[in-house]
Amino acid sequence: MTFFLQLVVTGFALGMIYALIAIGFVIILKCSEVFNIAQGHFVLIGGYLGYTFLVPLSLPIWAALGMAIATAVIMGLAIERFTIRPLMGQPVLAVIMVTIALSTILGGLATLLWGAEYKAYHGLLPTITLKIGTISIPSESLIGLIVSVICVVLLMLLFRYSKIGLAMRATAEDLAVVQSVGIKATTVYAVSWVIACVVGVIGGILLGGVSGANMELAEVGLKAFAVVLLGGVNSIGGAIVGGIILGMSENVAAGYLDPLLPGGGLAKVFPFIVMIIVLIFRPYGLFGLTRIERI
Amino acid sequence: MGSGSGIFNENYAQDMATFRTRRDWGILFGFLIVLFACPLFFSDRMLTIMTMMGIAVVSVHGLNILTGYCGQISIGHAGFMAVGGYTSAVLCAKLGFPFWVALPCGALAAGIAGFIFGLPSLKIKGFYLIMATIAAHFIIIWTIIQLRSITGGPDGLSVPTPTIGGIVLSSKANYFYLVMVITCLATLLAKNIVRTRAGRAFIAIRDNDLAAEVMGISLWSYKLQAFFIGCVYAGVAGSLLLHYFSFASTDQFPFMDSVWYLGMLIVGGMGSTTGAIFGAVALKLLDELVTMAGPVLSAAVAPQAAASLALISHGLVIIIFLIFEPRGLHHRWEIIKAYFRLWPFSHEALE
Repeated sequence: MTFFLQLVVTGFALGMIYALIAIGFVIILKCSEVFNIAQGHFVLIGGYLGYTFLVPLSLPIWAALGMAIATAVIMGLAIERFTIRPLMGQPVLAVIMVTIALSTILGGLATLLWGAEYKAYHGLLPTITLKIGTISIPSESLIGLIVSVICVVLLMLLFRYSKIGLAMRATAEDLAVVQSVGIKATTVYAVSWVIACVVGVIGGILLGGVSGANMELAEVGLKAFAVVLLGGVNSIGGAIVGGIILGMSENVAAGYLDPLLPGGGLAKVFPFIVMIIVLIFRPYGLFGLTRIERI
Repeated sequence: MGSGSGIFNENYAQDMATFRTRRDWGILFGFLIVLFACPLFFSDRMLTIMTMMGIAVVSVHGLNILTGYCGQISIGHAGFMAVGGYTSAVLCAKLGFPFWVALPCGALAAGIAGFIFGLPSLKIKGFYLIMATIAAHFIIIWTIIQLRSITGGPDGLSVPTPTIGGIVLSSKANYFYLVMVITCLATLLAKNIVRTRAGRAFIAIRDNDLAAEVMGISLWSYKLQAFFIGCVYAGVAGSLLLHYFSFASTDQFPFMDSVWYLGMLIVGGMGSTTGAIFGAVALKLLDELVTMAGPVLSAAVAPQAAASLALISHGLVIIIFLIFEPRGLHHRWEIIKAYFRLWPFSHEALE
């Protein structure tokens, strides 16, 4: 039982990080109907940025986080301006292919700058150890949980109260109306990409703190897709619930089944199995809007 | 070939012909003679490159039918190639099947895998389908690794040298002939599949699936047919690839290959058989350029520069094509042909 609870708790913390990353994806999708395959590579860049700022530059954690966020903002603006804006109004495949191409370019940049090597920075993030009964919560998981919750709450506040947040929600609702009342859609798109980059980078630093930065961080993006499909692609709440469900079930399944399977690595394919099941039985996810099409 | 060429079709056979004029036939035979004479004066390295191009062309033809004509986007093509490749490799290596039996078996197995993973396409499209096919890729590769007793799992599996009749295809030149014959047949077949009833149904589904269904096109049947045909092509390509190396390993079907096949389709131009060939050849040439430039760059900049150059250059090429020439090289080719056909009256160019 302790083993099970332990898996559930670490899975929950992991799931919150997935949820954070998935939110970046959902925000872009809601605002501009772009499916951003490169979300996982924002995480990858984030993990390596965290390493660069914390280890070779040995900045304090808050400064490192600030610098990483600043880099993410620049990255988001550049991506939106040079790759997404020229393709506005193009068919779905074109835009998806651009984000795929973007993901390979980001992967290539990470290879060039950091040599695709494993870079560890355990223990540099502040350590807090918590023990509830027999279950110990690893400090990295706890920090991941806290930071993700803070980010999610901040985003919720942004969408509820700030002007740009309201503009983004309105754009998600109806682009033509938004443009006719004088809101610049391009600004909204740019902000949505910036937010996606920032949450991706923060997620990358958190995950890098747990397992170190390496090229496999990009695969978290694929897990984020499973999360959004499970929760419903256009629901932020769904992303959170989906993230927690996926994080917990993945951890539990891997914990119990990996010793039984010879090759192991179930945690890697688990999100895809979830994905296929969701796509077959409930294509619009738990909280997604069912799209009704007319000719 | 629109009007303006000065050649008019007088009967149905002329209207339907793929090669319409004596000159077309002449160009075809000239091309085939040059192609099949390649082993006489090219080095083994060049032949390897061309063999790889041929295999890529076969694979991209399949993806073109599935994505370019039927509009069902698949980023799991390398996974389906793995199904075909492994099936024929295992049949040859473990059960001692001859190569010419194992190849179609592999193709069929890939087709069935495509059929199964195509089932979600009946309910979902666009991004959701992309996710389902990405999932298909990873699930297929994982399953292959899990079936260690059959496929060798992570250790790989060595495959006997293929023989057809009494000929052992051990030399690069022999295998080159095999691949080129299959590539030419695959091209001819692909060109004709899209002109059949099924092909026209695929195009209708791509352009508007709801409208197609209302017109009486069975989405259930034709979407799955597209998946089946596309994956049969992938299976042939996958099994050619594994038999070429005489070794089967899941590393030969990386996820990025699935992406590059789609990239080839975009660079070449979707929904065009010629485009599929152009795209596969162009991206394979880019690959070779990168391989050649890699060591120079690695020495000059950093050891990892070669690996990153491959990723960045491919990504950039795809982005540049999507932004500046979304209809691909095929469209450029048509413009060039129209220019020469209409010269010197270029203002009559038909669009």
